[in-house]
Amino acid sequence: MSLAICCHQLFKTYASKPPVEAVRGIDLEVGQGECFGVLGPNGAGKTTTIEILEGLLAPTSGDVQLLGMRWQDHPDAIRQKIGISLQETQFSDKLTVLETLTLFRSFYKHGIDPRAAIAQVSLEEKADTWVKRLSGGQRQRLAVATALVGDPELLFLDEPTTGLDPQSRRQLWDVVRDFRRQGRTVLLTTHYMEEAERLCDKIAIVDHGKVIAMGTPRGLIAGLGGDHVVEFTLEATAAAPPPLDLWRGLPSVTSCLCEEGWYRLSVVQPHIVIPAVLDQLERLGLRLASLSTRHASLDDVFVRLTGHALESREEREV
Amino acid sequence: MSQSLEPVRTPRSHPLVQLILARLREFCREPSAIFWVYVFPLIMVVTLGVAFRNQSAEKYEVAVVSSKRADEVRAALADDARFKSRITDQEESRQLLRVGKVDVVIRVPDSALGECEYSYDPSRPGSVLARDAADDLLQRRAGRRDAFPATNREVSEPGGRYIDFLVPGLLGMGLMGGGMWGVGFAIVDMRMRKLLKRYLATPMRRGHFLAGIMLSRLAFTLPEVLVLLVCARLWFGVEIHGSLVTTCLLIMLGAFQFAGIGLLVASRAETLETVSGLMNLVMLPMWIASGIFFSVERFPPLVQPAIQCLPLTPLIEALRRVILEGAGLGSIGLQLATIVAWGTVTFVLALRWFRWN
Ligand SMILES: Nc1ncnc2c1ncn2[C@@H]1O[C@H](COP(=O)(O)OP(=O)(O)OP(=O)(O)O)[C@@H](O)[C@H]1O
Ligand SMILES: [Mg+2]
Repeated sequence: MSLAICCHQLFKTYASKPPVEAVRGIDLEVGQGECFGVLGPNGAGKTTTIEILEGLLAPTSGDVQLLGMRWQDHPDAIRQKIGISLQETQFSDKLTVLETLTLFRSFYKHGIDPRAAIAQVSLEEKADTWVKRLSGGQRQRLAVATALVGDPELLFLDEPTTGLDPQSRRQLWDVVRDFRRQGRTVLLTTHYMEEAERLCDKIAIVDHGKVIAMGTPRGLIAGLGGDHVVEFTLEATAAAPPPLDLWRGLPSVTSCLCEEGWYRLSVVQPHIVIPAVLDQLERLGLRLASLSTRHASLDDVFVRLTGHALESREEREV
Repeated sequence: MSQSLEPVRTPRSHPLVQLILARLREFCREPSAIFWVYVFPLIMVVTLGVAFRNQSAEKYEVAVVSSKRADEVRAALADDARFKSRITDQEESRQLLRVGKVDVVIRVPDSALGECEYSYDPSRPGSVLARDAADDLLQRRAGRRDAFPATNREVSEPGGRYIDFLVPGLLGMGLMGGGMWGVGFAIVDMRMRKLLKRYLATPMRRGHFLAGIMLSRLAFTLPEVLVLLVCARLWFGVEIHGSLVTTCLLIMLGAFQFAGIGLLVASRAETLETVSGLMNLVMLPMWIASGIFFSVERFPPLVQPAIQCLPLTPLIEALRRVILEGAGLGSIGLQLATIVAWGTVTFVLALRWFRWN
């Protein structure tokens, strides 16, 4: 399998005050026909990375090859073969969807009929509507359509589904799947673990400008050492909370974390762990406030790697 | 996807055509733009045209300081339609002269008409003329005879009035404002929307984009200018004495020049505030000095070279020569060269400095 994207030791420091090291040594290899997801919290460096790959930002250092070509050697050839949607683009308010796509289509040597691109993102009804009158989700889909209209080999989508309702999100997933089914490559960024799990063949988790884990969704979850997660909280007492090692020592538990009163145990077999937990609590005179069990997700991988949850950290930063 | 591949390229699907079409559509769908471009210059023409229409028919305002013989003087002035006089006291007359409400103050001693004293403002042409005309009248009354008989023929044809002078000036001003705002705002708006960045990620040729912006600007200009010229003709009888082709060529070159300057001003600006500030900074000297409302020759010779180098000056100068004097291409060569140079140099610099994201 040949590589569609290959980047090596990518660094990007924004020359702002103070300078921001947004990307600190990222290596990515994406095979042709793969759907590759870049996951990470706000400010992790996802947009910076993807824009370097798209040729919109110059890296401070590092090497990028797309479809075997480098930006400095074949900028036009690369642009003919990639389709992108930026995290935030506002297309001209007073052009219709069809006019916008016809304009974008005219930039490419080869491409698909603008109406076909509209159909792919299910915007047929809005073909003659001004962009100004589209909803947020419809604009997002228009952005994806502008990426598809040049019939690209390689698709870059920066948070394509942020702000979409569940139905529109599924529609977009279908667009990505169709695209991939033709043997073409997609690189997308997302905050949604579920999206990455369902859509992507391979994932890189990025935090603070570095890849902290890479692999298939299944592989990453399996790396936790347990397929299940047991979560519980305790009723407030004056007594000091029990040490984490107590839980780590229980049979079938592979790891344990506590964040804001939530205990999260990665476990292999919940039916062994749960009675053991209850025993311990009884011994210590503590009482459960809640307890739940579920399949492990990428979120747990993230928590395991960074010590905090992706979602809650996002909320804190907002 | 491959079954809907679209290999046939019509001229309409050329990126330059599409870029121009997009700009034209956006423009036509923006009612406020239409107002500023079409209605505003017309309002200017009408107000200024009406305000200055009667300038030549204006009368000399004379104040006669009250005295025993004041009425006699006033009666003499009343016989001549050019004068409008009033009798005031000494203090008031000085006041009126100072604020320009009267052109000349006449004081006659009680004793004899022969010893008039004229107070006037030598820096005001109207004041000087009024003094001479009043003196002439009073001297003749007192018995002075002309040395030889002279005949006067009054010539007041369209072409020499203030409105005739004004219309080419407004035309130039419109081309400047339209070109700079039209191009500058559009570009900065697209930059703020990240649309420029989005375009940069496509194989679009950068030259096509910038050329599309400039060419669409030319296309908006034609109707804009036409409306102004037609209305000036219908309402005030302002005629184009030179060739229409030359006039159009000049207008197009003017639009091109200011589109280039607008492009350059907007090439790095990131917010609408920045670009407005820069635009005003660039346009202010031209509003003042390029001869929109009054002749450039009023400025001292020392600053003339600088004024002649401003982009608007040669444009208005050439427009006046062609529209009012019927000059041909040959006699406005210098102006044309200046205009083309401004347009080309700014376009090339803009292409080089342009910031896409
Ligand atoms: N133009 C810039 N100048 C200075 N710093 C920047 C610039 N753009 C981004 N940054 C910083 O670089 C870091 C990475 O930003 P980036 O946009 O790549 O994050 P992200 O992973 O895409 O985040 P999000 O999920 O919010 O989109 C952030 O800390 C951000 O503040
Ligand atoms: Mg981002």
